Amino acid sequence: MSRVGVIGAGHGVFGRRSDATVQELAFEAFRLAIKDAGISRDDLDATVVAAVPEYHKQRSVAGVVQEYLNLNPKPTWLTEVACASGSAAIRTAWMAIKSGVHQVVAVIGCQKMTEMATAEILALMGRVGEVQWESIFGSTFPGYYAMFATSHMHEFGTTHEQMMQVAVKNHFYGSKNPNALFRKEIQLDKAMNSDAVASPFCVYDCCANADGAACLILAEESRAKALSKKVVWLDGVGCATASMSVLRRPNLVGLPSAVEAGQQAFRMAKVTAKDVKVAEVHDCFTIAEIMAYEDLGFCKKGHGGKFIEEKRSYIGGEVAVNVDGGLKAKGHPIGATGVSMAYEIVKQLRGESGERQVPNADIGLTHNVGGIGQYTFVHLFRRD
Amino acid sequence: MSETQDKRGRPAAKDRPFLDELEAKPFWANLKEHKFTSQRCSACGKFFGFPPQFLCPHCLASEYEWIPLSGKGKVYSFVTYHRAWHPAYQDKVPYNVSLIETEEGVRMMSNVVGCPPEAVKIGMPVEIVYEDFEDYTLPKFRPAT
Repeated sequence: MSRVGVIGAGHGVFGRRSDATVQELAFEAFRLAIKDAGISRDDLDATVVAAVPEYHKQRSVAGVVQEYLNLNPKPTWLTEVACASGSAAIRTAWMAIKSGVHQVVAVIGCQKMTEMATAEILALMGRVGEVQWESIFGSTFPGYYAMFATSHMHEFGTTHEQMMQVAVKNHFYGSKNPNALFRKEIQLDKAMNSDAVASPFCVYDCCANADGAACLILAEESRAKALSKKVVWLDGVGCATASMSVLRRPNLVGLPSAVEAGQQAFRMAKVTAKDVKVAEVHDCFTIAEIMAYEDLGFCKKGHGGKFIEEKRSYIGGEVAVNVDGGLKAKGHPIGATGVSMAYEIVKQLRGESGERQVPNADIGLTHNVGGIGQYTFVHLFRRD
Repeated sequence: MSETQDKRGRPAAKDRPFLDELEAKPFWANLKEHKFTSQRCSACGKFFGFPPQFLCPHCLASEYEWIPLSGKGKVYSFVTYHRAWHPAYQDKVPYNVSLIETEEGVRMMSNVVGCPPEAVKIGMPVEIVYEDFEDYTLPKFRPAT
């Protein structure tokens, strides 16, 4: 069966984008991706849009974007699985191409998080979990991951300082990424002493909401080769779920959906965790990156704290993780995040990442989590 | 935002259960009488746990009974909130949210009350305490005596 390749990638600036509507953000990334691919709008068969609708005032954002990009009457549809919506859109485009229905598909992840007040967004995010059986006790999104952190510390002796070293790394690389929301390095002691949010988390353990968009152009193998000389292949896709109710999880030290999605993707791409040179993982909170190292097999379960402490996820270590700043420093426009991760991997595999370039990057991975692991998508990219 | 609505008119999250949800109605009714119950499958004998549902999550059988639980358990994990995410919690910070595992192996989210949040630890033995409101009761937990 023919492969699916990425022939173009575009990324807008993440941040407080009071200068742009959500459709304008989508256009910004789309224009760059089309230019990067060297194709015109006429070459496209369809668009898949990723966004989480409840954060937008305008309903049905796929239709709005399609009109704004002057792509009617070509097909479009929206994918939504919370913070993993972007990767779900990529998977959907991959499936559309693999099935033979479409040959060239644009994937646009876009989100305007600042249309609403932070308090309103927090109230919405508090309801990411099981509304009825968890939220009534005052649980919120950071709190769920804080419970994972507490369990991880209890079971494996992981320390808050190790967690915060994830933030230090990601801000270090974010400072070198012109598309990142936060472009400043942070110091460990200052970060450790930032305001408490949900113990053990302080402010610097948490990623920030942002506005932004990213776009990928995917194509069927023969079309990809005809249209582009720098194709990056999407050779493995994995997707798995876990219970909506966190209280039904087997344990709170990892995300079973991430383990399963990772194994699927590795099997399909016929590679192992050791082959991955560069990875983008879902670091919505610092503990999430540590659990990702373990769930994906970069290190053994329980060894994630040591893995960051020994800088093994820096460039020059075993696998360079989130060297675009991650959600942590780059910002987290929910619908765009999965596509943004893929953008970074594509650029890395093409050797176009400048001072953040990972040497000999030939295999790259994205790990995109929706909610608290209710959904996880793992994608494996390769350059020939 | 008011207590019950956000500025777009949607119900705001607040510490009030949906008492009329069909699957859960008996749970809240029992709790009002200070009976802490969970569904047990008549086919496979396992507890459904929470949230309640009409089908056994283990074997999908539809016959079950509401069985009283001992109300004793331990803290499986916990978090202390230092920020109010909703006006309803403004005067409560810092407050604890814990994942409780009962003696019967059923887990539920709740609050450990009756001790400062910093005293809560994983594995700490706890027991149920009923927090009564006008038309409903919430199951909370305190350090076991």
